[in-house]
Amino acid sequence: MISGFRFKFRLFVRKVMNVIGLSICSLAGVLATAALCLVVGYIVKNGYQAVNWKLITQGPTPIGTEGGGLRNAIVGTLVLLAVASCIGVPLGVLAGIYQAEKAGKFAKTVRFLADVLNSVPSIVIGLFVYAVVVIPIARMHEGNGFSALAGGIALSIIMIPIIMTATEEILKMVPRRLYEGSLALGATRFTTMFRVIVPAAKAGLITGIMLAVARVAGETAPLLFTAFGNVTFSVRLDKPIDSLPLSIFYNATSPYDYLKSQAMAGSLILMMIIAVFRLSARLTTRKSKMA
Amino acid sequence: MKTFKTAALIGIAASSVLGQAQALTGAGSTFINPIMQTWIARYRQATGVSINYQSIGSGGGISALINKTVDFAGSDAPMNPAEMQQAGRPVLHIPAVVGTVAVAYNVPGLGQGLNLTGPVLADIYLGNIQYWDAPQIANLNRGMRLPHARIFVAHRSDGSGTTFIFTDYLSKISSEWSSRVGTGKAVHWPVGLGGKGNEGVAGLIKTHPNSIGYVELAYATQNQMTYCKMANAKGRFIAPSAESGSLAAAGVPMPADMRVSITNTSNPNGYPISGFTWLIVYQNPARGAEIKRFLNWVIAEGQSFTAQLQYAPVPENVRAKLKAMINSIR
Amino acid sequence: MGIDRSQHSQPRAPLSRQSPLRSKNSKLLAVDSWYGFLLLCASAVVLLIILAIILEIYLQSRQSMHTFGAKFLTTKEWDPVDEVFGARVFILGTIYTSLWALLLAIPLSLGTALLLADIAPALIRKPVGFLIELFAAIPSVVYGMWGILVLVPWLLQHVETPISESQRWGRFFLFDAAPNGNDFLAASVLLSIMVIPIITGIARDVIRAVPQEMREAAYALGCTKWEVIRKVVVPCAKTGIVGAVMLGLGRALGETMAVTMVIGNSPDFSLPLFSPGYTMPSVIANEFTEAPSPLYRSALMEIALILLVVAILVNGAARLMVSLTSRRFRRVIA
Repeated sequence: MISGFRFKFRLFVRKVMNVIGLSICSLAGVLATAALCLVVGYIVKNGYQAVNWKLITQGPTPIGTEGGGLRNAIVGTLVLLAVASCIGVPLGVLAGIYQAEKAGKFAKTVRFLADVLNSVPSIVIGLFVYAVVVIPIARMHEGNGFSALAGGIALSIIMIPIIMTATEEILKMVPRRLYEGSLALGATRFTTMFRVIVPAAKAGLITGIMLAVARVAGETAPLLFTAFGNVTFSVRLDKPIDSLPLSIFYNATSPYDYLKSQAMAGSLILMMIIAVFRLSARLTTRKSKMA
Repeated sequence: MKTFKTAALIGIAASSVLGQAQALTGAGSTFINPIMQTWIARYRQATGVSINYQSIGSGGGISALINKTVDFAGSDAPMNPAEMQQAGRPVLHIPAVVGTVAVAYNVPGLGQGLNLTGPVLADIYLGNIQYWDAPQIANLNRGMRLPHARIFVAHRSDGSGTTFIFTDYLSKISSEWSSRVGTGKAVHWPVGLGGKGNEGVAGLIKTHPNSIGYVELAYATQNQMTYCKMANAKGRFIAPSAESGSLAAAGVPMPADMRVSITNTSNPNGYPISGFTWLIVYQNPARGAEIKRFLNWVIAEGQSFTAQLQYAPVPENVRAKLKAMINSIR
Repeated sequence: MGIDRSQHSQPRAPLSRQSPLRSKNSKLLAVDSWYGFLLLCASAVVLLIILAIILEIYLQSRQSMHTFGAKFLTTKEWDPVDEVFGARVFILGTIYTSLWALLLAIPLSLGTALLLADIAPALIRKPVGFLIELFAAIPSVVYGMWGILVLVPWLLQHVETPISESQRWGRFFLFDAAPNGNDFLAASVLLSIMVIPIITGIARDVIRAVPQEMREAAYALGCTKWEVIRKVVVPCAKTGIVGAVMLGLGRALGETMAVTMVIGNSPDFSLPLFSPGYTMPSVIANEFTEAPSPLYRSALMEIALILLVVAILVNGAARLMVSLTSRRFRRVIA
């Protein structure tokens, strides 16, 4: 009798513990999601109120004069992403193919170092590009150095290891028999890779690239000492260029209310740009799965 | 792959087609930024030449000039001998405007016109005075209701000419300040919060009740902030303004290289925390013609925009000398 | 695909291990050797970039190392006027904010991860999982903006001022400072919000990697769901979870913009959460462009070097732990 009661009591305690434990986890989930939704909700709500056509099509006004917009910053961000992709995508994809094709000490070393590169804080990458790109250019051509090119290089350094890892993983998912079959037919490794393997893995590759672009689109710290910012409209690669993250940083910390609302609008636009890249990555994957 | 090639081609094509004449890049003082951005807009209207000026702080401007990443620097602190040595080539300091540093505060219920003296201000920034109702402040402001609240001290986190003018003044007025902290574009602050740029400090003051900080006057007036009247060397309480700034600059003997401090002026109606903002260029820069043209415009037409932004123009008698100086640029 | 940085591919045989049949056409072979060379070059570039980063930062910081030696790590003086530099304040500030951020983030993210991996019905898992991924993609400058416009005023008014005015808590060492708004508390809370999606995402993946059979075996013994989680799932995934937390730590240590915007940028370190501070990335962001003297710049470079080394070590250890867990269970399944 007594032991039966004890058993029942233990069972009851265990059930209660079960409920408590699970509720704590659920509570944590609700809290975490709520906190994050608070952030996003605030930006979407205030950003939406602040966004208008003028804001997208005008450049900034002299500081303290109400009005003006984020045109320079939006275009600048797109230019920086284009430059970064032009450098980072070929290098990252090729290095990823190398990883997929080769084994050996060198490949392992590169993989290890790519992981190291991936963990370098982005501000340190900014410092590095400042030291090896901006300063030498300024030494050669006085009054130059800070440039869209330097900003793009900084972003591409962040992209390369991400694209490399993604490429490697995706290529390794392509069935080996495709590779072997192609080689057996007498195709070269080059032809095999670019006519057989890459087309088979195309969707995955594009997904990886899109995610890498989305990842660097919001980077601010590496642009501080490289792209620098520009108050006038510029798309030249050899001149400083404005960007959304930098303009958000300066506008949000400023005392002017009209600049603060521009910062919120800028945040919304930046998040939408990132969302477009991530969504298109998702859609590419889905399409390829259906095919 | 094709997409990227196309993107690259479009990028290159766009940069060559759309790239307009951008003659000069400058950086530095946030103190001068409001009028500099006005100048840039007007100069572009007048000449079609666009200029990029980034307000990263005077220290940043001087550093960028030394590293030759910009064509000109804006600074409220003259370059010191060590910096001039690093620059390697002769530099010119062209005074562009006179500005005043407003000691702004945000105390709920307290209106415009708090009186402060230099020593009291130094004690606040040294952490010796911690509450708004401290007797030192109360004695200067009889009849004002000061709250018993802690003072939030705001200062610059970046290398700043505004800081230079401010600490230069405090060093002249307080021996404890000059021995413990000293004068510089960036100093070791005993207390307070750091904000980046005049913008950042003004932002801190606005978001923090019971705060005090120092910003260029235009930032204070544009943001409807309240600011102190400061006691000058003659004991009069003077509010910062274009006039009190220009009185501080009037009659100061200008040395040949134009590097001069005008803080703690002896003019009875002058504001004690005033200073020149210089545009600093190499005497033999890479884009000499463009720089000459812009600087000549700044000291002539440019001076007419000073009043609306509460800067004082460069004194008339100095401008002739400046003209000769600018024309010595090769 | 969710969190790009963490996932390791399992080691599989490289594609060209078996020697391929060589075409006899020399032209094609030439193409192939060019192609191989191109791949090699791309890999070499990756290798060179990281080596160049480490070398360059090291070279640039030598002047500071030479001048201050090991004292650089332990002295608190940061005086640009007299050119005396020490990094202690920034190192402590970075560690302090990161630890508080983790302390806040760990329970929330682990709870969420368990919820997403084991507890919640599939109907909830997918959208919440998607949201968490989305949050991980928000740029830090956006979090920073939310921090200064919303979090700082809110904390100042509703948390810091009441606590410091209360008789009971005001004197407690963690709260014994005048509230500032821009301070360690704001930075830690903001950082924790930023690392929650990262830790959650990876921890969820690691927990999912625990084989279903182990859970089922425990259920068969009559365990409740909570007992399965506590006694089977969590112990199995322990290393990986620690790895996930360390990846969060890595992110927090290197985070620049958001922290710069809310920490107060005051070169001082004290324990009270309401006092302003400074971190290694923030001081670089604020002071590097304007440091006019070579020694000042070099001191900032040395801070970057410290940051770099710490980040590499923390992230390396974290990746190792995550991959150990997932690898272990792949063997169990196989």
